[in-house]
Amino acid sequence: MQALTNRAKQVDAEPLSFWERLYLPGIAKGMLITLKHIFKKKATINYPEQKRPFSSVFRGLHVLNRDEEGRERCTACGLCAVACPAEAITMEGAERKKDELHLYREEKYAARYEINMLRCIFCGLCEEACPKDAIYLTETFAPANYTRSSFIYGKPDLLIPDPVAQPEDFERAKGKLEEHKANQRAKKTD
Amino acid sequence: MDLLLVDWALVFEKLILIVIVVLASLGIALYTTFAERKVAAVIQDRRGPNRAGPFGLLQPFADGLKLIFKEDIIPLTSNKALFVLGPGLAMVTALLTSAVIPWGSALDLDGRTVPLQIADINIGVLYIFGVVSMGVYGVMIGGWASNNKFSLLAAIRGASQIISYELAMGISLIALLMLTGSLSLKTIVEQQMGGGWGGLLGWNIIYQPLGFLIFLICAFAECNRTPFDLSEAESELNFGYHQEYSSMKLGFFLFAEYINMFISSALMATLFFGGYDIPFVNEANLAQSWGPNIVAFLGVIALLVKTVLFIFFFMWVRWTVPRFRYDQLMDLGWKKLIPLALANMLITGAVVLWLNK
Repeated sequence: MQALTNRAKQVDAEPLSFWERLYLPGIAKGMLITLKHIFKKKATINYPEQKRPFSSVFRGLHVLNRDEEGRERCTACGLCAVACPAEAITMEGAERKKDELHLYREEKYAARYEINMLRCIFCGLCEEACPKDAIYLTETFAPANYTRSSFIYGKPDLLIPDPVAQPEDFERAKGKLEEHKANQRAKKTD
Repeated sequence: MDLLLVDWALVFEKLILIVIVVLASLGIALYTTFAERKVAAVIQDRRGPNRAGPFGLLQPFADGLKLIFKEDIIPLTSNKALFVLGPGLAMVTALLTSAVIPWGSALDLDGRTVPLQIADINIGVLYIFGVVSMGVYGVMIGGWASNNKFSLLAAIRGASQIISYELAMGISLIALLMLTGSLSLKTIVEQQMGGGWGGLLGWNIIYQPLGFLIFLICAFAECNRTPFDLSEAESELNFGYHQEYSSMKLGFFLFAEYINMFISSALMATLFFGGYDIPFVNEANLAQSWGPNIVAFLGVIALLVKTVLFIFFFMWVRWTVPRFRYDQLMDLGWKKLIPLALANMLITGAVVLWLNK
């Protein structure tokens, strides 16, 4: 019969020799192997202090985006909720008032926008469905918590900091706070 | 008035020595639990406990505190007196053995010689055998009083295993005693000093390699260490004889195991590896130039280093060799080790007779 793989091995059914029956050489061999492992590189890392980098295509927690003037991009069209295979997204739309022009980019906005992180499977289909570049998946993941309700993220959890009103928070979220501060100092000296 | 004739300085000196030895045994056992976890970790390519204190050094105290604050459960159907006696007995017998081990040569305090040994009795080796066989009662009583099938099975296993291996252990030591001609551990250590090739050739391991191997295997079995930990066998017996125990009673059982390990390591170092003999150093010359106290101190350190190496060996074996099956264990003990030990004894006896002629 032809072997399915080239890994097949003939079974060795020979009776054990005297040295094999003594077991001590075998034990010595095993102890050498474990001794070698003492000096090997550790498989684990010191987690909270050290973190492994994510892949560049990692999909983590969502953010709701703003435009350059700090206005929310979301128009509550509901395409993300429709695209979501896990039905994790809930939203309610509302009409923009006259005095809210600086808050929302379009005439309609999401008054309520919730993602249930326990339902979410982080597939990124909402990101692909959004016509307004309003929702993105980031490189962080949901921290542990005690209650289910704390995993339902509302607008305050999801919205990115306002680049106009909170420039420092915005730069920190981008991970470029130091660069931003240097720029500010350079501007002042000019 | 006879009471006042007691040498109070001797009583005082022995009392201090007892306290130091017991505390040191406990401290070393404490850190052996930590070392065990670290050794297990590095052998399995992990890091081991490193959160409590620098390098995780406070971990054993965290473990101890946790055990103390756990609820202490005594099962309703258990025999309460024996249930409490079990772990206590295991602990006491584990500590008792340390009484006859010579930890170093004598100190010289203002002209008074203070030997670093609690009791230099002339039947030291016999005493150790007596106390070690008592050790089985801790396991036996604890397992029986729990009134649990698994515990009872484990207790029976443990008892028969310890009794079986004690035979081979005793016979392997008879061969050694034929060479030394003394049962006092102090004399045995002193005989090993000052051999050729830096003092290493004086050690009993050179004359009794087979006897040492048998003694080593039996020591593993007597300490209930892997590969002979059939009386706790997690996968078959749910932790065996200490299954019903919780809180510090469980801690005592676990602790007794580590103290046993420390004491048997010290014993092996004493009997076969020259005890407090410092290799490549002539103690008598050193004592003249540096004084006896420093030499005694260095001797204690030498013995501790040897002991720690043995403890590491115990752990190394534990994380390498899998557990024996019960019939294999009995087969090894009765059919292999005892005949080997008997042959070793006979050959040693013949050689001793031939050389004396």
